[in-house]
Amino acid sequence: MTTPPETDPGPIRQSARAKRATRIADAASGGWKLVAVKILGLGVVDAIAIYALFVLVRSESWLVAGLVVAVTLLVNWIYFSRGKLPAKYLAPGLIFLAIFQIFVLLYSGYIAFTNYGTGHNSTKADAVNSLLLSSQNRVADSPNYRLTVLEQLGEISFLVTEPDGSVSIGGNERPLEEVQNAQLEGGVAVGLDGYTSLGFQDILGKQTEIAAISVPLTDDPNDGMLRTPDGSSAFLYTSSLEYDEAAGTMRDTNSGTVYSDIGTGAFTSDAGQELLPGWKIEVGLDNFVRAFTEDSIRGPLISVTVWTFAFAFLSVFTTFALGLFLAIVFNDKRMKSRKYYRIIMILPYAFPGFLSALVWAGMMNQEFGFINVVLLGGAEVPWLTNEWLAKGSILFVNLWLGFPYMFLVTTGALQAIPEELTEAATVDGAKPWAIFRFVKLPLLLVSVAPLLISSFAFNFNNFNLIYMLTNGGPRDVSAGVNVGATDILISMVYKVAFVGANRDYGLASAFAIIIFILVAGIAIISFRRTKSLEELN
Amino acid sequence: MTATTQKQNPDAAMRSDVAVGHPKRTFKRYFRETGWRHLVGIAMSIFAAFPLLYVFSASLNPGGTLVTANSLFSNFSFESYVDLFNRPQQPYAAWFGNTLLIGGISSLGTVFLGALAAYAFSRMRFIGRRVGLLTLLLVQMFPQLLAVVAIFLLLSGISEIFPAIGLNSQIGLIMVYLGGALGVNTYLMYGFFNTVPSSIDEAAKIDGAGHARIFFTIILRLVAPILAVVGLLSFVGTTSEFVIASIVLIDPDKQTLAVGLYQFVSQEFSRNWSIFAAGAVLAAIPVMTLFLFLQKYIVGGLTAGSVK
Repeated sequence: MTTPPETDPGPIRQSARAKRATRIADAASGGWKLVAVKILGLGVVDAIAIYALFVLVRSESWLVAGLVVAVTLLVNWIYFSRGKLPAKYLAPGLIFLAIFQIFVLLYSGYIAFTNYGTGHNSTKADAVNSLLLSSQNRVADSPNYRLTVLEQLGEISFLVTEPDGSVSIGGNERPLEEVQNAQLEGGVAVGLDGYTSLGFQDILGKQTEIAAISVPLTDDPNDGMLRTPDGSSAFLYTSSLEYDEAAGTMRDTNSGTVYSDIGTGAFTSDAGQELLPGWKIEVGLDNFVRAFTEDSIRGPLISVTVWTFAFAFLSVFTTFALGLFLAIVFNDKRMKSRKYYRIIMILPYAFPGFLSALVWAGMMNQEFGFINVVLLGGAEVPWLTNEWLAKGSILFVNLWLGFPYMFLVTTGALQAIPEELTEAATVDGAKPWAIFRFVKLPLLLVSVAPLLISSFAFNFNNFNLIYMLTNGGPRDVSAGVNVGATDILISMVYKVAFVGANRDYGLASAFAIIIFILVAGIAIISFRRTKSLEELN
Repeated sequence: MTATTQKQNPDAAMRSDVAVGHPKRTFKRYFRETGWRHLVGIAMSIFAAFPLLYVFSASLNPGGTLVTANSLFSNFSFESYVDLFNRPQQPYAAWFGNTLLIGGISSLGTVFLGALAAYAFSRMRFIGRRVGLLTLLLVQMFPQLLAVVAIFLLLSGISEIFPAIGLNSQIGLIMVYLGGALGVNTYLMYGFFNTVPSSIDEAAKIDGAGHARIFFTIILRLVAPILAVVGLLSFVGTTSEFVIASIVLIDPDKQTLAVGLYQFVSQEFSRNWSIFAAGAVLAAIPVMTLFLFLQKYIVGGLTAGSVK
């Protein structure tokens, strides 16, 4: 390298040099420890990825396997190549963010367009299988198949000696296959190389597992299955349903009713009767249409949305008002022992929120609670079971939970307002109220506005309080979904998806998407609003 | 400050001269200036502390129901605290351990992932930096809670292939919590990282330190206060998280306090109130201790924009 000519573009030369310098510095400073940590970390990641790949390929999930390969290669490329510093620092967090925040939000979007839920949570083939299984009846004149239960790598198989003396093996979803080298004892097969024969004790231990096994006689599920009541003999069971693969229909052999796939995700008879379980299909905008047109869903959805906004707004307003009032009261240097009041008043904030709600639920109990029994001398006020009282109680408990935060925050903001402003206003002849209203409050609002917005957003999804205090109740019996008078949107999503026997993931996701849109709207407005508030300064 | 006192001084001085001989007027003035503030303080203290005293008193009343809990502090016995650990149906000790474990690991992970990202955003200039920051601000608005159905289905899909990290696994739950790590905390940390002058990094660079050494040995120490705040807030957040924990963790032995205690209360609401109260008091102790000791830091963190 000779001296570079003057005409060389400066920045490029510098950055090349700077890069080399950084590289040398890194190499000199990191030392072997960092390199060792890096290699160890990547080794662990790669090992897990290879294991994952092995399992995924075995279960033939090609798409996921491809993704695992791509991400692993990307991670290795980022950490083994030089430079790419930002990527090195961002990659770990971004991977988790991408899977468990961004992907799941998109995935909820997809679920909202399906009929996923109880009775519709699998593929059509699985549905056919489980329908045939669940309608099985023992064939009246079934021959007795002598049976030995075998185990291999935790998987149970049936070794069956057929009435004609031939020996076959099969298992769940593995049709019988003839074997030649079985160990026979009195004409009955009792063992097979590579398998462990289960004794009486073992069979007792795995009774339920063994009773649930049904071995298809042949590849055609309509031929019937072998099941065993006792672990030593098996009988032929056939399904009262018959699946016609070519036509895609189910036929009830007893009544002769034909159930066909009419595109609703379940076999349906001409009379409109459905065979459940069905399977998962994409239903387009059905869930949204149901949410907005079916009266028994639209009504609750609207009232829940209104209450969610009212609850979030009133919570922020009441806690802020009380917090601000207390901040003004205690922001007086002449007052003694302010410190002790402060510590006591912070207690509700430090106490875990879900516990507070449970404790208040006990205190507000209609028959036994402290408030009714002691404070009101035995009155039976339905604090949590009357629609409007429950709403009031929720706001009251949230006031208890939230005022310390607002007190802390507004105290800080009040103390940050320069005294000169008050002084100047006094000189101009302003009364204390006017000073507060026209000088302090606007300044205070500028600094706490972002906090009020985030508090609003927090309360908008304040699931714990609602669910632990009233459980969303009192329940609205006229509603088509499991929802109550004090439910907010997020608790409604949870209840529709996870509470009760009838889970409807599709509808719940549609609700979640509606919340998503509402929150996005609030976010846009609040970003604009904070900007305009900041310009005040 | 002096200005305000001066403002009131002439007036006050005049009156105090008069007041010497008239104790009644002194009290009146005292009441108008600070006395009423104490009344407000006392009222608010009762409001704030009463539910906590109530639950503490209930926990000291062994065998107590919701009704007997109403006679406050009628009994002093720690029997309920012992009973709490002898209920095979409600493995409180396991819940407590799980909560500390899940909360501890996720908050450590959150702090680490957040700090890495904040360092990159604060100290490096790269394509997509601005977009990245804006995206994080936006993602922050959409809590994972919204996608709870998808999280459940994703984990149940994972558990068909890897049961160890799918449904009913604490590792799975921790991974879900780590997914929220960047969204919530990076922006908070980013602001704090920016307050550390970059001349410090440059000096270290000239002395021959590489990026990793600068990050781990210099920057991380300088930003320790924000690490403490984020760690604590995320610990508190995870320990009271109910929605995701309740759908992921199925076995009683694997559940957290929030899920376990909720089910305990909903199963036998008024009958074993004393035992629930004891459980609540014990569960609150670690969090409350941390809060009261780290009060100052937390208040700082709160004003920087995070909500419990």
